[in-house]
Amino acid sequence: MDAPVKKKLRVATTSLAGCFGCHMSFLDIDERILPLLELIEFDRSPLTDIKHCGPCDIGIIEGGICNAENVHVLREFRHQCKILIAIGACAVNGGLPAQRNHLDLRDILEEVYHTDPGVARGGIPNDPELPLPLDKVHPIHEVVKVDYFLPGCPPSADAIWKFLTDLIAGRTPVMGHGLLQYD
Amino acid sequence: MSNTFTVDGQEVPFEPGQTVLQAALTADVFIPHLCYHPEFRPHGSCKLCTVEVNGRPATSCTLPAAAGMEIESNTAEIMAKRRMLLQMLLVEGNHFCPSCEKSGSCKLQALCYALGVMSPHFDQFYPDRPVDASHPEMLLDFNRCILCELCIRASAEVDQKNVFALSGRGITKHLIVNAESGRLADTNFAPSDKAAQVCPVGVILRKRRGFAVPIGSRPYDAQPISDQAERFKPVVKEGS
Amino acid sequence: MTEALEGLADILARHGCDGTRLMQILRETQEVLGWLSPSTLTEIARSIGWPRAKVEGVAGFYSFFHTEPMGRYRVLWSDNITDRMLGSRELMQAMCQSLWLEPGRVSEDGLVSVDTTSCTGMCDQGPAVLVNYRAITRMTPERVDRMAELIRAETPLAEWPTEWFHVEDNVRRADILLDNTLRPGEALKAALAREAETETAANARSWREGVHTDTLGPSAVLEEIKKSNLRGRGGAGFTTGLKWEACRHAPADQRFVVCNADEGEPGTFKDRVLLTRQADLVFEGMTVAGYVIGAKRGYVYLRGEYRYLLEPLNEILSRRRDMNLLGESILGRAGFDFDIEVHLGAGAYVCGEESALIESLEGKRGVPRNRPPYPVTHGFLGKPTIVNNVETFAAAALVAARGGEWYRAIGTSKSTGTKLLSVSGDVARPGIYEYPFGVTVQQVLDDAGAANAQAVQVSGPSGLCVADNEFGHRIAFEEIPTAGAFMVFNKDRDMFDVAQNFAQFFAHESCGFCTPCRVGTTLLKNLMDKIGRGHGTQVDVTEIRQIADLMQAAAHCGLGHTASRPLLDTLKKFRPAYERRLQSLRFQPAFDLDGALAQARQMTGRDDSGAHLENAE
Repeated sequence: MDAPVKKKLRVATTSLAGCFGCHMSFLDIDERILPLLELIEFDRSPLTDIKHCGPCDIGIIEGGICNAENVHVLREFRHQCKILIAIGACAVNGGLPAQRNHLDLRDILEEVYHTDPGVARGGIPNDPELPLPLDKVHPIHEVVKVDYFLPGCPPSADAIWKFLTDLIAGRTPVMGHGLLQYD
Repeated sequence: MSNTFTVDGQEVPFEPGQTVLQAALTADVFIPHLCYHPEFRPHGSCKLCTVEVNGRPATSCTLPAAAGMEIESNTAEIMAKRRMLLQMLLVEGNHFCPSCEKSGSCKLQALCYALGVMSPHFDQFYPDRPVDASHPEMLLDFNRCILCELCIRASAEVDQKNVFALSGRGITKHLIVNAESGRLADTNFAPSDKAAQVCPVGVILRKRRGFAVPIGSRPYDAQPISDQAERFKPVVKEGS
Repeated sequence: MTEALEGLADILARHGCDGTRLMQILRETQEVLGWLSPSTLTEIARSIGWPRAKVEGVAGFYSFFHTEPMGRYRVLWSDNITDRMLGSRELMQAMCQSLWLEPGRVSEDGLVSVDTTSCTGMCDQGPAVLVNYRAITRMTPERVDRMAELIRAETPLAEWPTEWFHVEDNVRRADILLDNTLRPGEALKAALAREAETETAANARSWREGVHTDTLGPSAVLEEIKKSNLRGRGGAGFTTGLKWEACRHAPADQRFVVCNADEGEPGTFKDRVLLTRQADLVFEGMTVAGYVIGAKRGYVYLRGEYRYLLEPLNEILSRRRDMNLLGESILGRAGFDFDIEVHLGAGAYVCGEESALIESLEGKRGVPRNRPPYPVTHGFLGKPTIVNNVETFAAAALVAARGGEWYRAIGTSKSTGTKLLSVSGDVARPGIYEYPFGVTVQQVLDDAGAANAQAVQVSGPSGLCVADNEFGHRIAFEEIPTAGAFMVFNKDRDMFDVAQNFAQFFAHESCGFCTPCRVGTTLLKNLMDKIGRGHGTQVDVTEIRQIADLMQAAAHCGLGHTASRPLLDTLKKFRPAYERRLQSLRFQPAFDLDGALAQARQMTGRDDSGAHLENAE
């Protein structure tokens, strides 16, 4: 009799207020993605183009929270994923987008859509299809419970590899010197 | 009784007048610290160097060493507290390492790495702290200030200039400069000042010198700060 | 402007351009000029020869100094929980509406600002305000309306109704201290007589220089103080005799006596009453201390909230000089020179900590020092200094007059003498109650007319929250120690509100020196506010405990060590007050998600469903 096939872990990923740099870094694990795919399969992810996250074992969030849509997507991930991971500087502490936080959002919108000469003077977009921006950008752990964090801008492919393989093997990921980095 | 105490069971000799931290660093025993600098009198504000002496918490940088002390430093409990202190420092300021010139040589960052701080944990304060770029050669980015007072001490004690001071209280405490305008350009600050060299984080920066050292070659790239106790050995001054 | 500069020059000259007198220079300057402008600070720094940034840093540390104009009328509402219970917040809101103001903001015309301040020590007659740092008590809706009118009409404070400024003593129970019939000088004469019995003329001189235990005279008085087993009334309860002895033995050419009248613990107002009714006794105690330790100079560090006491106290000091109870060769004793000066604080609770107080007295930011060394060897200006509470000095005068044996017979064996309690909150008769140590909490409640009490906060936010099953416990150092505050809460009060008020207090008053207190007090306040808004979870409660643990272990001084106590106490004893606010065991966002979209809604004019977020899922 054949040994029972071990069920693959289902993984979803997304980028919120981020630059997809963390996803790019993930792809930098190169050929190691092959043994990884023996262990996991992707649900919603830029790699699959699935639009909504189904029940998953692991959710990986890149980027912080800068608008209403980010909140909805993040909540969907939290609902569907057993384990939620904040990956990269933006998800962990707001990162680059959060450097607008010392500015008043009203002033920002005013400048971008009304006073700045570089942009069409078409008024501030008010289409209900567009998500409204939050007054400040926040890291994801201020909106939902987050189980694990992997900082870095982006975390290196080695760091992501070490982190995921630890996690999949049932170990608490430990990032040694050189793997834990904030820049 | 000989002039020794122990840190996590390891024997540490000391000279009379040394504090626990000074003696430990001299003996290559690393205790995390931020506001301590080997060239200045310890003042004990960051509390990173908190240890337990015979079971009671104490600030090791200001605690006079005494023979026979049994000090615990790297216990899980103390390390957890230190991580919390680092996380407090992370959220009270605006610490965005990817865009900071000091990344790789920042003590706050290096300690976070050494202690395995994976996230700021607390909710971000995102304070509004305008940058002072008035000086032709130097930049002050207050977003990263951890209020260690090293620049204040260096400017007063070494440079004899008193360029820096603290104002405000509690969570609104902040660094100010010695000018009615509040601008660094209107002080007598110079890039050669000691105060320009001691910032453990990325507040006091030389303009047009950012990111000069490539990633991989920066001070804390090769080795964690905890393996670099020799950097922080007290300086023995002649005649003292 | 020239007039203003002349005023400043006068002030600087009066203080001899002495930087250690910076607090007084800043306060007096502000009283004349209204605020401390950048150019004023520059001029002061230049005159005293300090770096400008250091002067600015001092001005920036204290709540009562402003480096920006805060209006010709600055109204500060005392924000203690007892004021809130008497309706202070509603009254403040009404005042702001009446003046078209936002709290904390100066009116467009620069006329007025309205804000809150930490407890002003008028809990027995609140709600209280400070108007341009003058205390006004018993605020009512009528007074709010009238005050708004007077402010709009720019009526000078001197023309406001005098009864508004009246502060009641409200002494409800007097004992050996408040009932004493000593005349000014009597205790001092008794102290000097103690010496006369046994001492030679040579000894009379030597106490100043020699400082040996076998020196009689002052040591005879010290023996009485030690015999009395008098313990410090500031709360910690250090033995007064030992403190004085250590200071006396510390080698130095100068020693100082400092009276800690920075009564900042919310709910405490006994020193206010002592300095109103028994100032002579307090000064006499200080003078006795000067005699014992060999000091020539004493300072009263009076909290800025009690600014109105400055002139009356100075008058008493002046009278005592006329009576030769202060000055040179006091009561004819050659070499016994001692004088006292009153220094005002400027709104910083942390200055109640003795080393922070000394820093402030030296004109600096009120940051507690690293210890050791302790003030008894390295205090004011680096010289041996005793810092004692107002009540301690009053009690010491009693001991000097009537002896240690007499005193130690009162109270309990470990807590001798009497204690003044400042009783406020849900009682029929708020005010000052003096009891021998050992009185039960229940006894005080009965005497003060507290029906239906569920809790008493003893010794203020940094003290102990006593629940009704503990009302049989006694007030004493060995049981429930206290600096004097006794705030009563009846069963209709929400103990969460009490704890939240205290968390806000500590966040406002942390000096900011050390990381755990600077950041921790604000984190605790934020968590309590989150729970208060109804968005707390069990996770937040756990977080409070962990932050509290860290602060207790790692904070620099007592403020940080005790700041979490009211939270831990109420969590332990009044758990349901928290439970009913906790949404669930599930996570709640750190901030108001829908509120965070308000600005974008305003700018886009959208109000569709997509323009909103549910805060809780």
